[in-house]
Amino acid sequence: MLSRMAGCLYWMARNMERAENTARLLDVSLQMSLLHASSQDDLLVPLDVTGSTADFLRHHHTPTPQAVLHYLALDGDNPGSIYNCMRNARENAHVVRVKITTEMWEQVNGTWLEMREWQARGLDTRSASAFLEWVRERSHLFRGAGYGTMLRNDTFHFSRLGTFIERADNTARILNVKTKQISDNEPEAENILDYYQWAALLRSVSGFEAYRDIYRDSITPERVAELLILRHDMPRSLRACFGEINKVLGRIEGQAGRAARRRASEIQARLTYSSIEDIFADGLEQTLDSLIGDIILLGNTIHHSYLEAA
Amino acid sequence: MHRITPLDHTHYDEMLAPDQDTRPSYQHFANWLNQAPLAWLRDKQSEADTLFRRVGITFAVYGDESGSERLIPFDTIPRIISASEWKTLEAGCIQRVTALNRFLHDIYHEQDILKAGIIPPEQILTNAGYQLAMQGIDLPRQVYAHIAGVDIIRHSDGGFYVLEDNLRTPSGVSYMLENRKMMMRLFPELFANHDITPVEHYPNMLLDTLRSVAPAEVDNPTVVVLTPGQYNSAYFEHAFLASQMGVELVEGQDLFVKNGHVYMRTTSGPQRVDVIYRRLDDAYLDPLAFNAGSMLGVPGLMSVYREGRVSVCNAVGTGVADDKSIYPYVPDMIRFYLGEEPILHNVPTWQLRKPEDLAYVLDHLPELVVKEVHGAGGYGMLVGPAATQAEIEAYRLRILEDPANFIAQPTLSLSTCPTFVESGIAPRHIDLRPFVLSGKKVQLVAGGLTRVALREGSLVVNSSQGGGTKDTWILKEDITC
Repeated sequence: MLSRMAGCLYWMARNMERAENTARLLDVSLQMSLLHASSQDDLLVPLDVTGSTADFLRHHHTPTPQAVLHYLALDGDNPGSIYNCMRNARENAHVVRVKITTEMWEQVNGTWLEMREWQARGLDTRSASAFLEWVRERSHLFRGAGYGTMLRNDTFHFSRLGTFIERADNTARILNVKTKQISDNEPEAENILDYYQWAALLRSVSGFEAYRDIYRDSITPERVAELLILRHDMPRSLRACFGEINKVLGRIEGQAGRAARRRASEIQARLTYSSIEDIFADGLEQTLDSLIGDIILLGNTIHHSYLEAA
Repeated sequence: MHRITPLDHTHYDEMLAPDQDTRPSYQHFANWLNQAPLAWLRDKQSEADTLFRRVGITFAVYGDESGSERLIPFDTIPRIISASEWKTLEAGCIQRVTALNRFLHDIYHEQDILKAGIIPPEQILTNAGYQLAMQGIDLPRQVYAHIAGVDIIRHSDGGFYVLEDNLRTPSGVSYMLENRKMMMRLFPELFANHDITPVEHYPNMLLDTLRSVAPAEVDNPTVVVLTPGQYNSAYFEHAFLASQMGVELVEGQDLFVKNGHVYMRTTSGPQRVDVIYRRLDDAYLDPLAFNAGSMLGVPGLMSVYREGRVSVCNAVGTGVADDKSIYPYVPDMIRFYLGEEPILHNVPTWQLRKPEDLAYVLDHLPELVVKEVHGAGGYGMLVGPAATQAEIEAYRLRILEDPANFIAQPTLSLSTCPTFVESGIAPRHIDLRPFVLSGKKVQLVAGGLTRVALREGSLVVNSSQGGGTKDTWILKEDITC
């Protein structure tokens, strides 16, 4: 497959996944900010996770819910806004439209057309949750259409690769930012606030129900971290994502991806054979920092091996 | 029952003879049409629009913010050509393109036609389409115009005339194929009643043609379609043809030159490319050889091409033969190279570089159509009978500034064909573009793109000027009544 085509498939999927993750984050943060109106910290979380706090503060003095919502959802000037993610996904899909299935193309194109309507109408905190739900739905449809209709060839593999790299990156970042935020909490406020914050984190990765199902116990940082880093059966956990990444890398034709495969296998081995005790002994923040670094490196290796080859 | 009145009897109508009788090739169709309720036909027409939009068979500007593409209007009433008429058209197109390929080979080699004094050498050698870099290069099978689109009209005398030859990157073939698919989907019963020659194998024929002109030593040539990218107005067609042929659709950035060969960048490493069906003008092909500022091409491509290690279709330098100033000489080319009389006529053309032609044209501007020799898409032309006095005078000044830049032709009476319009079914002017492929042999699928001027009385059928398209039926056998 042409490297440029593979790149478009990979980024099409990454952009769509990123739109969904941003929507999840925003949803939970807006709810949290309403819960304890005095704190702006919760509103900063999605900005921190997406690495856009500085850019946001340059344009807006205070992070009001309305400003953060607009910036992350609809702002055409923010390259990471949901609006721009969907637009990029559609641009990518347009280039590869003869490679993807009609269902998939129509899904992406239809999403973009509706996105433009949302943008024209604008959002306020009341319409926000309907919008964020819509984003999640469209992302599910996108993945479902791809999974349900595409031939299992490189076209499929590269789009799956984009999905899981983005998801792994997102899970690691959310966990990282939340960990830092919670460790900064005032000790006396600890219990009740911590509970809500860990619960919010779980909801932002659709992990709340899974947590209840697996642990049937109170929410502790160790268990949340274990669920999102090490559990193989939790679809958004790092280990599950790397399981998929390794599977996909193994199926891509040709020998160009040896470096990427080696790097991904190393990460997966670490995730498979670590325990949560080891991770806390090393320090959760340090572990997450190094995992985020590893994911970035893996992304670069994939680019180098396949997408900008020759 | 829909009565369709021809515009007037100065035009040839494809369906109705002057005595209001239906022409034999339209007999079955007219019977069917007369029984079809108008409201039902209208529903079918809008169903076609919806389908075209959904499939995304679109034309023109993608790049704008809104991401909306334009549809070329599709008309559900087909243009029908009888078997015997097609035989003439087919033979005429093959003859014409054969001569044009001989001509291109000649002017890049011995230049016999110039030596024989048939075409003035300065017409060729100073022509913007003439590529000095092609001089003396031998191409596989000596083919230059692998894909040609010949624009043909039917005049009020019932005869076919060639309007122009498109030898660079003729487009529209995707509409020929999609229009047929649409008609079969909307009106399957019509196809049961008619013996219509299929066109669906065109992509296959195109791939065979492209493979047949690969560099000699290549066994299993790799073919690619080279597009300027998704912002090009014909991007849909480029993508369509690549996927129909099962080859890669590449942009310049996907290709590179190394060790005397062209390669494409793939996820499993560099892969050699042998034949490039380019939909990019000469000037953008290779920044090292032509337009240095172009980002669309492949640096070094021309050097590989000149060495014969890659084939470029159509060949570099074919533009010199589809220039409107060269067009008047095509009948002479046919006589010179083939020793035959032209089967298809040219439209009489005045060359304004000739003083006597210039004098005549300046005296008769209100009756004539004047075009720039390099013009395309219906832009920059003067349609005398439709122009105001002021427009004519302004154009006169342009002509006088550089007469050699213009040709003139009589106002042609394009034939009409019944067409679905707001008010019902009414005659509209049409032309025809068959696609001629030259490889091992010169051949065409029995069909073409029929373009229709949707505005009443308009003679301009170009899609960029609001024209539409129709399915074109070539009947397998003549119908006698």
